[in-house]
Amino acid sequence: MKLESIAAQIRHTLCDVSSKTKTPHLGSCLSCTDILTALYFGVMNIEPKTPELPERDYFLLGKGHAASALYTVLAYRGYFPVEDLYQHGQTGSQFEEHPGIHAPPGVETASGSLGHALSLATGMALSSQLQNKTNRFFVLMGDGEINEGTVWEAAMFAAGKKLSNLVAIVDFNKLQGTGESCNIMHLEPLEDKWRAFGWHTIRLDGHDINALQSALSNTDNINKPICIVADTVKGKGVSFMENDNNWHYRIPTADEVLLAKEELGVS
Amino acid sequence: MRNAFAQVLTELAKSNDKLVLFYADIGNRLFNPLKEFAESRTINAGIAEANMASMAAGSAMMGHKPFIYTITPFTTARNFEQIKIDIAYQNQPVIIVGTGSGLSYANLGPTHHSFEDIALMRALPNMNVVCPADAQELELLMPQLIELNQPCYFRIGKKNEPSVHASPPKLVFGKAHIMKHGHKVAILSTGTIMPLAQQLCAHLKAFNIDAELVSFHTVKPLDKAYLEDAANRFVHLVTLEEHNVNGGFGSAVLEYVSDNDLSVKVHRFGIPDFFIDQVHNTPDARDKAGLNIETLSDKLKQRGVM
Repeated sequence: MKLESIAAQIRHTLCDVSSKTKTPHLGSCLSCTDILTALYFGVMNIEPKTPELPERDYFLLGKGHAASALYTVLAYRGYFPVEDLYQHGQTGSQFEEHPGIHAPPGVETASGSLGHALSLATGMALSSQLQNKTNRFFVLMGDGEINEGTVWEAAMFAAGKKLSNLVAIVDFNKLQGTGESCNIMHLEPLEDKWRAFGWHTIRLDGHDINALQSALSNTDNINKPICIVADTVKGKGVSFMENDNNWHYRIPTADEVLLAKEELGVS
Repeated sequence: MRNAFAQVLTELAKSNDKLVLFYADIGNRLFNPLKEFAESRTINAGIAEANMASMAAGSAMMGHKPFIYTITPFTTARNFEQIKIDIAYQNQPVIIVGTGSGLSYANLGPTHHSFEDIALMRALPNMNVVCPADAQELELLMPQLIELNQPCYFRIGKKNEPSVHASPPKLVFGKAHIMKHGHKVAILSTGTIMPLAQQLCAHLKAFNIDAELVSFHTVKPLDKAYLEDAANRFVHLVTLEEHNVNGGFGSAVLEYVSDNDLSVKVHRFGIPDFFIDQVHNTPDARDKAGLNIETLSDKLKQRGVM
């Protein structure tokens, strides 16, 4: 199956899970679905049946509120059954609204507080390098998340150590919790910022799975950490959710899930 | 004490290639001996303590045993939320070293004082809190903390702290160390304030009070067995710390005594609930805080201990 079709199915499941479990942050999940699909289906060295494989690549979710996107991609990739996703946010469930330490297989770290993942991954990448290991570390951050100062502390450190096993991806959907990211803080020109911080930086369409795959493959000759500034659309794939920040918190009705399903072309 | 930390770490790192040190751009030349044979494991994290705490947690996740080291307020308060989530909640064996704790950097003012750090760290689940009294206690406890393989806060002094033990003590993590047995009154001291505790012990003797003297190097987990026993043996427990009286070691003792209906009076001594500034050195700062023998003696008289 084409990765675009898998991404469409994932989007539909995200809407359905949000509706049935009454859990928010759908817009944030839809915005990074293609990035996660590209990573888990086309880039990362992983074995879903052996989640703890020592040589694996690691993915760290910085924007922990998009946990549902990570869980859903992991389910479609075969880490656990898709039906399990409907425990999302329920009492006693390992599928917490922010990934905790009891998270399902494939989730590497707890998340939910913004600005931690790049620092964690930087420490992991450094230790991995010191021990001559070959793992790569991928971090997904929101454009709101990079308001956090720790992101830039980690960015300076990682570039200083030339951690070429580290990849940061910014899900640049231009909307954060309560407004337009570029009006709340001065983010642009974002790729220039990362470049100035010492990162090999590529700006691309964050919904172009081929472009993502291509940018994250063949990176052997790059002697520094890599940043992908991925232009995305919050709520991508469902017309009435796209660029409408109400969907940061809104829960879709059953009828809205049906409409979304039609638009996504999922059978 | 910071010299002892660097020396002990250097020795331990020779036999344990998993030990790594992250430091926030302090300790000029202090870590040169470590660098000499383990340069890649001697990591200057820059003046970026929040990132340093999370990086150490990530490093632990990949099998290393990291220490993070800088002046106490910057490695406990400034990066508290990173410690809470990445080290404590995710239960990573990072040893957080706060150097120049309490009023060690008295002359540098409230920015460099730390008398809220024990309270912060002991409020975190999974976190152990250890406050050695001198370089010897540091040396004896450090290997035990590595062995523990859990999150740990190691609260140390700066330099030239007096030795408090005449001979090498047998220190066990989590166990109060009785330095001198006594009756009626026990003085429980944590960290580098121990010389004042010793002075107080001698002072009480002049008043015919044979006080017990205890180094409570481990604040968390608290040695409950000692406190249960002490409640049967003493009328008064006097706690002493270079930390705010609110939330620190004395509070931990008081909470245990109260929660378990132990019949013993607790008298807490530490830094009162105000900031200290305009002081030139540690003795002056301790005077402002009432951490001197005259003030302690007066208060103990008022409370009927003497």
